[in-house]
Amino acid sequence: MKSSRDSYVSTTNACKLCKPMGACLAFRGIEGAVPFLHGSQGCATYMRRYIISHFREPMDIASSSLGEKHAVYGGEANLILGLKNVLSKFSPRLIGVATTCLTETIGDDVPMILRKFHRESRIEHAGPDLPLLVSVSTPSYSGTHMEGFHAAIKAVTDQVCIALPGSAAQDRINLLPGFLSPADIRYLKEILVDFGIHAVVLPDISETLDGPALEDYEKIPSGGTPIQDIRSMGKACGTIQFGRTLGYEDTAGSRLHERFNVPLHALGMPVGLRETDRFFSLLEDISGLPTPRKHALERGRLIDAFVDAHKYLFGKRAVIYGEEDLVVGLTSFLAETGIRPVICASGGRSGRFREAVEQVTRDILAESPMVCDGVDFHEIAGEAEKLAPDLLVGHSKGYHLSSRWKIPLVRVGFPIHDRFGGQRTLHVGYRGTQSLLDGIVNAFIGSKQEDSPVGYGYM
Amino acid sequence: MALSVKERPDSEPERIDLNDVRQEILDRYPTKVARKRAKQIVINRAGGGAEVPEIEANTRTIPGIITQRGCTYAGCKGVILGPTRDIVNITHGPVGCGFYSWLTRRNQTRASTPEDENYMTYCFSTDMQEEDIVFGGEKKLRAAVLEAYEIFRPKAISIFSTCPVGLIGDDVHTVAREMKEHLGINIFAFSCEGYKGVSQSAGHHIANNGIFTHVVGLDDTRKEGKYSINLLGEYNIGGDAFEIERILHRCGITVVSTFSGNSTYTQFSNAHTADLNTIMCHRSINYVAEMMETRYGIPWIKINFIGAGATAKTLRKIARYFEDPELADRVEEIIESEMPDVEKVRDEVRARCEGKSAMLFVGGSRAHHYQELFREIGMITVSAGYEFAHRDDYEGRNILPDIRVDADSRNIEELHVEPDPERYRPRKNPEELERLAREGFRFKDYDGMMSDMPARTLIIDDISQYETERLIEIFKPAIFCAAIKEKYAIQKKGIPMKQLHSYDSGGPYAGFRGAVNFYREIDRMVNTKIWSAIKAPWQKSPELSAGYAWNA
Ligand code: SF4
Ligand code: SF4
Repeated sequence: MKSSRDSYVSTTNACKLCKPMGACLAFRGIEGAVPFLHGSQGCATYMRRYIISHFREPMDIASSSLGEKHAVYGGEANLILGLKNVLSKFSPRLIGVATTCLTETIGDDVPMILRKFHRESRIEHAGPDLPLLVSVSTPSYSGTHMEGFHAAIKAVTDQVCIALPGSAAQDRINLLPGFLSPADIRYLKEILVDFGIHAVVLPDISETLDGPALEDYEKIPSGGTPIQDIRSMGKACGTIQFGRTLGYEDTAGSRLHERFNVPLHALGMPVGLRETDRFFSLLEDISGLPTPRKHALERGRLIDAFVDAHKYLFGKRAVIYGEEDLVVGLTSFLAETGIRPVICASGGRSGRFREAVEQVTRDILAESPMVCDGVDFHEIAGEAEKLAPDLLVGHSKGYHLSSRWKIPLVRVGFPIHDRFGGQRTLHVGYRGTQSLLDGIVNAFIGSKQEDSPVGYGYM
Repeated sequence: MALSVKERPDSEPERIDLNDVRQEILDRYPTKVARKRAKQIVINRAGGGAEVPEIEANTRTIPGIITQRGCTYAGCKGVILGPTRDIVNITHGPVGCGFYSWLTRRNQTRASTPEDENYMTYCFSTDMQEEDIVFGGEKKLRAAVLEAYEIFRPKAISIFSTCPVGLIGDDVHTVAREMKEHLGINIFAFSCEGYKGVSQSAGHHIANNGIFTHVVGLDDTRKEGKYSINLLGEYNIGGDAFEIERILHRCGITVVSTFSGNSTYTQFSNAHTADLNTIMCHRSINYVAEMMETRYGIPWIKINFIGAGATAKTLRKIARYFEDPELADRVEEIIESEMPDVEKVRDEVRARCEGKSAMLFVGGSRAHHYQELFREIGMITVSAGYEFAHRDDYEGRNILPDIRVDADSRNIEELHVEPDPERYRPRKNPEELERLAREGFRFKDYDGMMSDMPARTLIIDDISQYETERLIEIFKPAIFCAAIKEKYAIQKKGIPMKQLHSYDSGGPYAGFRGAVNFYREIDRMVNTKIWSAIKAPWQKSPELSAGYAWNA
């Protein structure tokens, strides 16, 4: 497997974002939560900017706004003042405090400061209104935004879930979907309802990062996983966790298993036919019901579309990049369509990327794609150039390669800042796969039509 | 003149007392915070010769308050050096800071040939890992510089420090100096750690100081042209600089360098050969003009290309400086040829926008400059403020001696500059300067935003998210201008929001053609019917909101 360590010193056009950004996104999917960064204000501003330009939604991230003095003497006072101001302006139900490179380097003990704050505020307010304070350590010099995302979810379950009396609820599960689009989350919830399963989906950004236009603006958008539900996740009869590169150990799902004995079902991100089939089979097992007709029909139509699309896609060579788990899912799907994934690349470095790609391609590809982890776009380009790709699948940062090589880029994942509707991109399930498939086929038809001197209007 | 901000035929606009608004906003803050904000929220008393009130600016943002401001690194790497196409910029730090500043501003560049160096689409970072934080990152930085050199062979490489770098004590300047000697190209570093200043403004200063120290004056080649100027503080967002260059070119005025829209390393290195410095954004660059005057003898004037009227005024002012009737005539000719197209659209749009209100909270000069464009279509700015400007940008340069220097400003190095023994050449002798002044020509003139705004307008420095929300609820302006971070929160409330940092993918808005673009854009935004559909038919209830009567 290719790794950045083997080649360049500089990261040139990175294919990953930083850790606290992932944490902020995860916190945003909790009802009444305000993400808070302990560090200088620039990080919060930068991350807000990126998240906002993708989702086209408000995104507040508070910051302790440390200055030089605090960088030297520690940021406790600023953190406490910042929390107080967030309390008075937002009345949040939860504040998710993530560290940044600055405060990690200084070595501020955030959990300790939060405990102290909680103690003191309890005395001051003596009311039940104090929000939950969740802290997560997110130094970007180890890990990417995805590690930050999962770390935040783990911190939330670790710090919020409690042991409750009574036995497990047979009709309740936990779903840890990972970083998907609001549209994906809405669709997943619809599927679960159709199976009659009550699920705690954590995080749930379906409304908080894709909300309606409102006459009365809400300081904290409604929606998100209710805190009450998070508290009782230990009562579920199972946890479904998406992401083959996440592994079984030390994840939110595995911790729920260890602490509350909730069985963990680790699945791949359900993109494409086979990974989605696995997801639906599991839902059948859990619910004891067959797949509802609506979804069975969607599956049927998808197969039909695979057949129709084959002539456009067969043998095309694709470069897939982005977050590891998304890339694994996309690769699995593309391989099913007859496309040949030639490179699977990610800035992430979970150590399980290659194995995951192999698991999903082993049965259908004669030749495994090249798998590169910890790489940037400079390295991706270097490898891809030798392989003459026909298609790029990934987020907006691949645009320069697509324009250089004059091949289509189908935009998925995050960030999408040069197309409209990134927050509504569907990736998962039969429906998401269908919509990706349509997009990919049309990208090929479009570029063929454009390049054709004949001017075909019938492709 | 009483104007209702939102026409509501069957309800009399209720008069809003600004003192009440101010008090209401402050009351919701804890005492200490309220005390600080009270100095940053003031009611303008300008107009009619009254002195403008004092405002607190360029002080630290209160933790936990959602601010518009970015960091020192953002100002240095993103804003100032970002738009230069042929310097390889290496961010020394963890991956995020570099990623977030990777072409996120819409500064444009136009290389003369496809083969010309253009590194703008690249984002280099040392992507520090745990071991670099623990053992120091100088070694990695050195290797990164060497690598960039070997791959690209650029004219220059610059290094930007992010927060952790300052903490672990990497000596970026020594690395730069050694690598410069070793490789024989210009290499320089910036200590622009994000925590250094109170906002991106500190980063502008650090960047400009660096360019002045390491680049300006290196190349004495004079560009051809009788009237040569530098355009300072213009960043070519949405192609503004292209439009300005077009107009200046038509007038026969040569732009030696732009700091830093559509700029190159060579432009910076012979900036000292120009005969006049013209300043667009006073905040981000006035000190460079001052230093260039001391060292090279180039006078500076404040100009503004935002607004058709302002553009005409600026051209006349430049012509006046050169005191050449030929140029003056040429300028009049150009203005006369450009204005009819502008006026046609302006009058048409004005008929639909007259009397509507705007709020501008952005930047260090834009919140002032764009008022001009709104005025041209009859719109009134009822409230404005800067994101990162200083007191002189509000109150005018005459208060400069009164500005208190705090620890944060002391953090930013003030360069000590002397006349250059070979290159100092006063462009005007003392008699000429005096005569021009007598005739009413003003050098180094910036009276700030407040004196340009009517009395009874609300001026707010470093506005917070919460204050923005309250303002909108109370005043219901026809349009609100800020940046992308504020955009969707404001639009959720049913108020059109125009981004004045990245222009919402629009632009140019500078110069004559830019003015036309802007009029059309504002017309489209304030006259769209979509907002009336926010409530579904089954939810419609009589609108209840206060109007605002405004007295000039
Ligand atoms: S310092 Fe760290 S947390 Fe902040 S933007 Fe940079 S990489 Fe991200
Ligand atoms: S770490 Fe410092 S330099 Fe980087 S984005 Fe944050 S505030 Fe700016």
